[in-house]
Amino acid sequence: MQTLKIVVTGPFASGKTEFIQSISEIDVVSTDRKISRDAERIKSQTTVAMDFGRITIDEELILYLFGTPGQRRFDFMWEILSEGMLGFIVLVDSNRPETFREARRILDTFSSYSPVPYIVGANKQDLDDAWPPEDLRIVLRVDPEIKVVPCVATDKESVKQVLLELLYSILEIMDAEEA
Amino acid sequence: MALKGNLKDFGITQLLNLINLARKTGTLYLDGTEGKAYLCFREGQLIYATLEGEEDALPTLLQKAGKLTAEQVRAINAHTAGKADRDIAMMLINAGHIKQQDVRRSVNQHVLDLVYRIFSWSEGAFRFEPSSLPVQGKLTTTIALENVIMEGSRRLKQWERLQDELPDLDVALKFAERPTTPLRDINLSVEEWRVISFINPRNTIRQLAQYNNMSEFQIRKIVYSLLQAGLVEMVRAPRAAPAAAGGGAPRAAAASAPGGDVQMRRPAVKRSLVQKLITKIREL
Repeated sequence: MQTLKIVVTGPFASGKTEFIQSISEIDVVSTDRKISRDAERIKSQTTVAMDFGRITIDEELILYLFGTPGQRRFDFMWEILSEGMLGFIVLVDSNRPETFREARRILDTFSSYSPVPYIVGANKQDLDDAWPPEDLRIVLRVDPEIKVVPCVATDKESVKQVLLELLYSILEIMDAEEA
Repeated sequence: MALKGNLKDFGITQLLNLINLARKTGTLYLDGTEGKAYLCFREGQLIYATLEGEEDALPTLLQKAGKLTAEQVRAINAHTAGKADRDIAMMLINAGHIKQQDVRRSVNQHVLDLVYRIFSWSEGAFRFEPSSLPVQGKLTTTIALENVIMEGSRRLKQWERLQDELPDLDVALKFAERPTTPLRDINLSVEEWRVISFINPRNTIRQLAQYNNMSEFQIRKIVYSLLQAGLVEMVRAPRAAPAAAGGGAPRAAAASAPGGDVQMRRPAVKRSLVQKLITKIREL
């Protein structure tokens, strides 16, 4: 049995838990806690260690999805979670520009852990005030070869598309390395 | 005159009891099968403990306690090379990075954790050097031994039970196909999650402990609770298995602490596996 791992990261309340919940075949094992800081009362609960979801590909292969904790004080988990990952997705709440700087920091940190392919998921694109993916690319200073994909983490089809885009990127990199 | 002996004959509990009752000042040196340690006491109270080979610099303790990030520790270490913990603490407190009580708690917790680990040592030589206190530059604490003895004895009993339940640490774990407990009802600690992130049929329980810098007691306790919850199952680990492709590839011991500087490698994955993933996800 072989296992592969994709990490879903992003700032606090960017939708990582919902993203994994939308696609996982098991109930997501989550360590949500009530929010304690007033400044972070965007939502009632937050992930303090990680989320964990699973997609069984066949009898020999399982894909695990690990969601990182969004709050800074739990960032000691990031490096642990990134170990051995196939690639990662940085989810950004397109509706909250105050989190973009943090998203950039997370993107830089994860890229430094491991030279694996990644993409940016521009989440909450169903909201009226969502920033378009191409604007996010500029403000997050995302390289042109990295995809910034529109996303609605509560919509399974949208989540599938983000995962597929990451996998396509992985194939492209493999092709480029082989060429 | 130094008190000398063997832990087989005179156990840790008895030694601490003696130091407590006699209100001794001095250092207890232990040379056990599990390592070398020394514990310092002032008038019967525990003030410092260290285990040979274990990182106990203040920034690391503060990182373990969640008060500093790996990035901050790296920056502090770069600027404070050769400085004593006492000076580093003053610098961090004055700069407003941490509070005095955070330092006190972190040091206190570190000393307690270490002493509780030592409680399970049943073999090795000991030597108590009266009046000697090699703690210059170190941050000390003051811990009454009564509670340490009571808690240590309680953990010792637990340890003995855990050893019966999990005699072999060279087996591996895998996630249960059908967890007996509804996953939504499970409430795990950060340490349990750290262990879970390394669970893979290729990693033995002993390796899980190494990757997470945990003692045998800590890993047994966590694995036992995961087994009891029906979240994981034991499997025989393959000998000399290659590194896992994902879901917890073994890591070097130096990188096991959060913030380790070891560069990770991209997992070697075949193109056909990625294509399988694509096909499956399209079908979902």
